[in-house]
Amino acid sequence: MPSPEQWTHPEPGEGPAAQAAQPSREQVIAGLRNTDAGGAEVTQLLTPEGERIASPQFDRYISDIDPEALRGLYRDMVLVRRADREANAMQRQGQLGIWVPLLGQEAAQVGSGRALKPQDMAFPSYREHGVAYTRGVDFKELLGIFRCTDHSGWDFKAHGFHPYTIVIGNQVLNAAGYAMGQKFEGRVGNTDGDGNPSSTDEATIVYFGDGATSQGDVHEGFVWAAVYDAPLVFFCQNNQWAISEPTERQSRLPLYQRARGYGFPGIRVDGNDVLACLAVTRWALEECRHGNGPVLIEAFTYRMDAHTTTDDPTRYRLSDELEVWKHKDPIERVRVHLARNGHADQAWFDQIQSEADAFAADLREFCFNMPEPPPERVFANVYAEPSPVLDAQRDEYLSYLAGFVEAGER
Amino acid sequence: MAAPVQSRVDSAAPTAQKLTIGKALNMGLRAAMEADDKVVILGEDVGKLGGVFRITDGLQKDFGEQRVLDTPLAESGIIGTAVGLAVRGFRPVCEIQFEGFIFPGFDQISSQLAKLHYRTQGKIKVPVVVRVPFGGGIGAVEHHSESPESLFAHIPGLKVVSCSNPTDAYWMIQQAIACDDPVLFFEPKRLYHNGQLKSEVDTSQPAGPLFASRVVRQGTDCTLVAYGPSVKVCLDAAAAAADEGRSLEVIDLRTISPLDLGPVFESVRRTGRLVAVSEASAESSVTSEIAARVQQECFYSLEAPVLRATGFDTPYPPSKLEEHFLPDLDRVLHTVDRAMGW
Ligand SMILES: Cc1ncc(C[n+]2csc(CCOP(=O)(O)OP(=O)(O)O)c2C)c(N)n1
Repeated sequence: MPSPEQWTHPEPGEGPAAQAAQPSREQVIAGLRNTDAGGAEVTQLLTPEGERIASPQFDRYISDIDPEALRGLYRDMVLVRRADREANAMQRQGQLGIWVPLLGQEAAQVGSGRALKPQDMAFPSYREHGVAYTRGVDFKELLGIFRCTDHSGWDFKAHGFHPYTIVIGNQVLNAAGYAMGQKFEGRVGNTDGDGNPSSTDEATIVYFGDGATSQGDVHEGFVWAAVYDAPLVFFCQNNQWAISEPTERQSRLPLYQRARGYGFPGIRVDGNDVLACLAVTRWALEECRHGNGPVLIEAFTYRMDAHTTTDDPTRYRLSDELEVWKHKDPIERVRVHLARNGHADQAWFDQIQSEADAFAADLREFCFNMPEPPPERVFANVYAEPSPVLDAQRDEYLSYLAGFVEAGER
Repeated sequence: MAAPVQSRVDSAAPTAQKLTIGKALNMGLRAAMEADDKVVILGEDVGKLGGVFRITDGLQKDFGEQRVLDTPLAESGIIGTAVGLAVRGFRPVCEIQFEGFIFPGFDQISSQLAKLHYRTQGKIKVPVVVRVPFGGGIGAVEHHSESPESLFAHIPGLKVVSCSNPTDAYWMIQQAIACDDPVLFFEPKRLYHNGQLKSEVDTSQPAGPLFASRVVRQGTDCTLVAYGPSVKVCLDAAAAAADEGRSLEVIDLRTISPLDLGPVFESVRRTGRLVAVSEASAESSVTSEIAARVQQECFYSLEAPVLRATGFDTPYPPSKLEEHFLPDLDRVLHTVDRAMGW
């Protein structure tokens, strides 16, 4: 069977014979999904068995990742997963209205998130809890959204982390605009004496799913970023499913190959390999800082839980698939690597686990004690400027509520 | 109407069953698909999953992947291709997953769906139904609880309806599909699986024409007019008011565009008072339109100005606060009190 790469870019001048060699629908699907490893072109630096693979192109981007730094990435992932599991459990106990799990996507999120510099900006979708963590957003600050007390709480400027976006694809154009602004303000292409980007050069990263790649906003984001050379890294987490719809419902072509049609590089990385995600994202960000952006990264990964706590994946997903992906767990491969090379012993792993448990316990306590927002919050911050009309609506409603208190009814 | 809806009924089918609104919609869609093989359903997750609310449950299994399409994730794509399918002779029924996600498709709805018939002087018909679960009260996150129907009612060329009970759900969806004009079909999502509303659906008899409002409870002191999820609130309010000796008439609008205000005018001429209820924000909304027209038609019958119990003029709040935002029984009765005390 030809690999997807062989048939997706027929050279001009190829005649009807080439047409006849077009793959069947089944081959297209196989080309997208067969490859539980992500296909021939996937960039991988750490195998599921925990073996380090040398990469002439990308090793230099992780030359600083010594055993201690790798232990740090491991710790990040364990904490993020533990918090994710805790939030999932709290939803089941009725403490959260809904939870959007990231189980299995820890490497994609921690790897890409740790590649960012403080001056960079990240535009998340709604599942980027791991990226939020790497941007210094307290996990607790995410909970308000899912407990439905708030739409977004954190200080986006201080953290370089935009509010979550639920409408699929919207944030991609917003990120393109932000990156255009970075460019217009001269924050890219300022090299130092050695030809490296200056320490103040900036870039933007935007996160979206495989399903999102079908939205007009995402295509428009590709066009805008390309024609303005915006310093924008498109980071697509291909977790194989958009609720019940598999990736082949969105594309006949591996997603990273789309970039070529828009005129910028696309690359597929093993999304369960934290080192590869870190290295490739650093490379892409550097391209952006040099003024060569944008870049599309497709992190080939798998979400080992439901789409959200309201979803029922047994209706559309085979449990075999989950079993296959468990063998490629992003955390396990780092653990094996650390252990096998004598970089960490059991006592250290135990210590990280108890740190994670404490992290989760703290989160739980915070969640249980979260105050209810007062009714006047309904009317607050609709406009940046004062709104006498809304103030009147608020006052009228509050006095209506006060009537119940007087009557001893509420 | 393309074909009389009544002729579609399988005479062997049972004539009365107890259904929820959600199940009634499912059966209505099934009946429409059986009656006309040009009816196709398209949307996100409508196939294997049966839609996130399971309204299309089992339809792909029985009608196949070319009649029930799990589409790529793009609302402009869903509406835009539905327009093309309709031009080709199909009768597409689009499902928008939640009302807050209709806006990527707004361009196609307002620029093409609503206007093709007019632009081509009637040469092109676009019998597309866009099903939109709408409204709050389900404790959801952002974009999952909105009431954007007024935005569509404002666009000439579209018809906009909403159902509030199982019988209407079963029949109105079929009537909307049979309609040669584009219909935006707003479904009260918080009532989909509400067991209290379960009722017998007579599948042999449509409950009335699609574009007509209806008195659903008679009363003499004040009229309440509502549609979709607010109809239940009004009926509950009328029941509570009756305990205190006050008689409220309730009208289910059913059709939002064209607005059928005849029964409302008649009612107001008897009761002298009108309270319009809706979850949508008040400014420039369906209830604004009702107030304007009733004041114009019934000026001399009115004992009080038309009052409204609606969502506030704010974005939909975080859902821990939605009980404040949504007009509930108390707020409806409070507004009735104000009308009565004028
Ligand atoms: C415009 C829009 N349409 C529909 C939805 C409902 N919805 C929420 S998540 C989702 C699937 C998204 O899949 P993908 O982009 O692959 O991201 P993932 O959740 O898998 O990370 C859908 C259809 C939405 N949020 N926004």
